[in-house]
Amino acid sequence: MQEFEPKIITFLCNWCTYGAADLAGVSRFQYPANMRIIRLPCSGRVSPKMVLSAFRNGADGVWISGCHPGDCHYITGNYYARRKFTLLKEMLEHTGLEPGRIQFSWISSAEGVKFADVARTVISEVKALGPAKGMAKEFIMSQEVA
Amino acid sequence: MADVALKIREIARELLDSEKVDVVIGFKKGTLPVMSEPTIIRKASDTKDLIWDATCRLNLCNYLTGRKDRIGIIAKGCDARNIVGHIVENKIKRDQLVIIGVPCTGMADKKVLSDLAGGEVTAYSEAGDQITVSGPAGEKTVSKADVLQSNCCTCIKRNPVIFDEMAGEPVEELSPDNRFADVEAIASMDAAAKWGYFEELLSGCTRCYACKNACPLCYCPTCFVDESRPQWVGKGTDPIDIRTYHFLRAYHCAGRCTDCGACEAACPMDIKMRAFTRKSIKDCVDNYGWETGMKEGVRPPLDTFKTDDPEAFIR
Repeated sequence: MQEFEPKIITFLCNWCTYGAADLAGVSRFQYPANMRIIRLPCSGRVSPKMVLSAFRNGADGVWISGCHPGDCHYITGNYYARRKFTLLKEMLEHTGLEPGRIQFSWISSAEGVKFADVARTVISEVKALGPAKGMAKEFIMSQEVA
Repeated sequence: MADVALKIREIARELLDSEKVDVVIGFKKGTLPVMSEPTIIRKASDTKDLIWDATCRLNLCNYLTGRKDRIGIIAKGCDARNIVGHIVENKIKRDQLVIIGVPCTGMADKKVLSDLAGGEVTAYSEAGDQITVSGPAGEKTVSKADVLQSNCCTCIKRNPVIFDEMAGEPVEELSPDNRFADVEAIASMDAAAKWGYFEELLSGCTRCYACKNACPLCYCPTCFVDESRPQWVGKGTDPIDIRTYHFLRAYHCAGRCTDCGACEAACPMDIKMRAFTRKSIKDCVDNYGWETGMKEGVRPPLDTFKTDDPEAFIR
């Protein structure tokens, strides 16, 4: 049997963590390729709808990363995001999401090493949890026409 | 409670007669014995319809959103907290309102009453602290304290926080031993058990949206459930869609919910969906020391921040 490879939807802020991902890339730091990166202007742009949508469409994990507090390109975006994430993570885990499926980090654009590190950690933690069962909706993709 | 109802009628009549308000929002007797019905009264002669008893479960603040006229509104403790929220969120202006405060000793749970009556309740009456219901199981008289809604048992503000008139003597506030015992009970389960708990909880949901319609916080011009590009949540009764709907509805109320219980009171399937909102209420207390609607002019927790907010979970 093939080893389970998780799909992890990753929301990165354009100014910091996306830059860090870029730096990790040009520096040739190795990390597994389980991530699907979505670039956002700011971690404050992340809506809980997006996170639920990711799980509903079959993600095994979600990782959200932005600038360190105080370094937001929009000055305060990640401070607001932090409160939002606290309540979101708590409520998701309250309703039965395994701890570890949703992950958060602050990574500046100079921290290519940290990016690769956190990516490896997130991927290995989600891998250890196995496929997300029951979270994805079974969509009716096509219908047979008689 | 009869004297409270008389006092409410008297104040309402006075307000309408003196043209201090254009309408009075209150409760009248519903078409079913255990139900009351929100009503908007324009004529002083109609104030005789106003009632007050343990069936006035709904939250009248729901009917304030965006109104332009001058309004008299009857408010129990939790409704008054929602009115504060509405003022903070610019949904109504304080000077449009004459708030008729009612000190509240809790509302009777409709499910508990119907269980007591052994099915559909055919007659309901109140005398002091005693409630009498009739149904297939005959006539039963109980103390109101034994049939309270669960949110009324953990109420932190029975007397209205803001009011212009008062329709009764202030009542003693509750001091529950452990307000969040229900949330902690869920917290002690493992992830699979939590998942199963909520699966079971939501199994009866028909997506009628009574909970969001009864909620004073749900006033977006287009609700996320109606958005189709992108479609965040499907329309049917797929378990994942039901869960997504309830989760997002509750999350939209994070830091704004006063635990008034209107959602559960309105639910035709008796789903206890406060299991979702209770968690965010507890988190707001634990992380930000926040109680909704206790003070005018304070921004809600998700609309503000502190530079040293807790962030232990962020790498």
